[in-house]
This record gives sequence, structure tokens and C-alpha cells, in this order.
Amino acid sequence: MSSRIYDCIAAIADVIEENKDFLTDLDREIGDADHGVNMARGFHAVREKLPKDDPDIGAALKKTGMTLLSTVGGASGPLYGTAYMDAGKVAAGKTEITAEDFGEMLKAAIAGIQKRGKAERGEKTMLDSLIPAYETYTEKVAGGADLVTALEAACEEARKGIEFTKTIRATKGRASYLAERSIGHQDPGATSATLTLETILKFLKG
Amino acid sequence: MVGIVIVSHSAKIAEGIKDLALQMAHDYDGIYAAGGMEDGSIGTDAVRIMNAIREADKGDGVVVFGDLGSGIISAEMAIDMLDGEGINVKIADAPIVEGVIVAAVEASIGSDLNRIIEESEKTRDFRKIQ
Repeated sequence: MSSRIYDCIAAIADVIEENKDFLTDLDREIGDADHGVNMARGFHAVREKLPKDDPDIGAALKKTGMTLLSTVGGASGPLYGTAYMDAGKVAAGKTEITAEDFGEMLKAAIAGIQKRGKAERGEKTMLDSLIPAYETYTEKVAGGADLVTALEAACEEARKGIEFTKTIRATKGRASYLAERSIGHQDPGATSATLTLETILKFLKG
Repeated sequence: MVGIVIVSHSAKIAEGIKDLALQMAHDYDGIYAAGGMEDGSIGTDAVRIMNAIREADKGDGVVVFGDLGSGIISAEMAIDMLDGEGINVKIADAPIVEGVIVAAVEASIGSDLNRIIEESEKTRDFRKIQ
């Protein structure tokens, strides 16, 4: 029997693999055409290296982050690597998480990405999906919503965040070389971040 | 002696710059190339970079040169992961080819870390055509 956390991360790996060409095509428009290929390579390695039966959520996220660091290859390696590792620190030793825990994990992941990428909201990055998703998530939880209900609302905001990235120019990453020409295209990082949240939601709904 | 780590998306670029720098500083053996991914593909790998920094450190510190994009982010990640090991390591904000050559020459004559960074960062202003 594999653990819940293994199954959840394996589900994310599946979705990244299914969307490999889509993410790479998005990145071809405004970047170096490697986001999907890189992420798929990273999550393929995660699936190989992650212990199937360890239920420790913190340990699994840490292992996922470390693996992404050394196998993704592009900037999304250290960015997602830091996000998973920092979320893992919040969940250290836990085999179950509450709605509040998940909010703290999301917060830690976002802080890690911001520190690593030196980026703010509004720069056409994954933060444009993750930050509004986090804000809505914590609002809903504060209002008494459970994890799944709050995450459902968060995913909606993350999708709006993707749409927002179409309207702005990139000032970080490879797309910033294109300046005004990056407007009109959605950000591949915001897209993969949203896919991740949606997959966690789908997994939790069963 | 200060060590040098070259970070590039391409293993060939990192090795090539190392060869080029050693032409100028042939007695110096402190350059470590951390280019590409373990499987040979294009990309940067923070763990590989971290290991290269450890190897390059002989006690006097290490200067790291990166190419573009994740070359720098992965190097920063590697340095953060070495926190607590007491290695004095800094990233030079310099063009990778010119910067490494100047750093190798400075390191080979025994300059300290700060001086090597200062001298290699001056290459940002080198004009190629007068």
C-alpha cells in the first residue's frame, strides 16, 4: 500500500507529464521552450526516488523538493524545489494535515519562491496564481470553510491569475527579454502552479 | 588559495571556459566546472554546484561565476544549502568568460576572495572594440 502523500505527489507527476507539451508550447511563446520537458523530467525522477510507503508528509515534500532541484534543470528547479522543501518544513513529522496546516504550507512555499526568485506579484510569474489563491484560501478557512471548499475557491483564483498574466509584461525570467511582446501570452509557471493546486484538490475530493 | 566554480547550463561551456582560463593561469588547479545536468542535458543543478563548491574550497573561500537565468538562481540555492559549513563563498557579478579568466589569474598569484571578486567584476566594463 502506498501512502496518501505518495499518491498525491504521483498524481501531480501524472498531470505534469500529461501537460508536458502544453507547458512547453506556452514556454516556446515567451521563453526557452523547456518548462514542460524540464518539469516532466523532474517529476519522473521524483516518482522513482520517493519512498512509496512512508506516510510522513514533511519528509515526502522535502525529498520531492531536493529531487526537483537536481533534475529539473531550469529556474523552475530551484523555485519549485524551494517551494516543496519549505512547505515540507511546516509539515515535518505530520501524517495528516488540517486546513490551517495547508494554509501555512502554501504560505511557506510562496515565501520560498519569492525569496529564491526575488519576485513580486504582477511580474508574470507563478506568484500571480499562487498569491491570490493563498489569500482566498486563508479567507475561506478563517470563515470556517474546510480544506476542500477553501481549495476549490483558491483554484478559481489561481485560474484568474493565469488570465491576468496574459495582460501584463514579464519583468522576471527569460520572458523579460521580450518585454512588451510577452503581453498576450499566459505564463507557463502560473499555469503549472495552478495545475498543481487543481491536482491536489482533485486528489482530496477522491 | 581561493577556488573558482563555473556554473553554466552547458557542460561544454563550463569546461571550455576552464580550459581557456588555465591557458592564462596554468599552475592553478582550483577551477571546478559545474555545467549541465548529471545526465548530460542542458540545465543547472544546485546539488552539483553545491558539491563543486565543497571541492573547490581549500579554506580560503570560493568565487562562483554563473551564466544566465537559473545559472544564478541555482548557485544561490547551492550556497544557501551550504549554510553552516563555514565556507566563504560568493557569486561574482561579472561576465562569465572574462570574469573567470581574471579570477584564475588573481587566484593563481594568491589574491584573497574580495580582491578576486573586485578585479573580476571590473570586466563588466571591458570594451571589446575601441
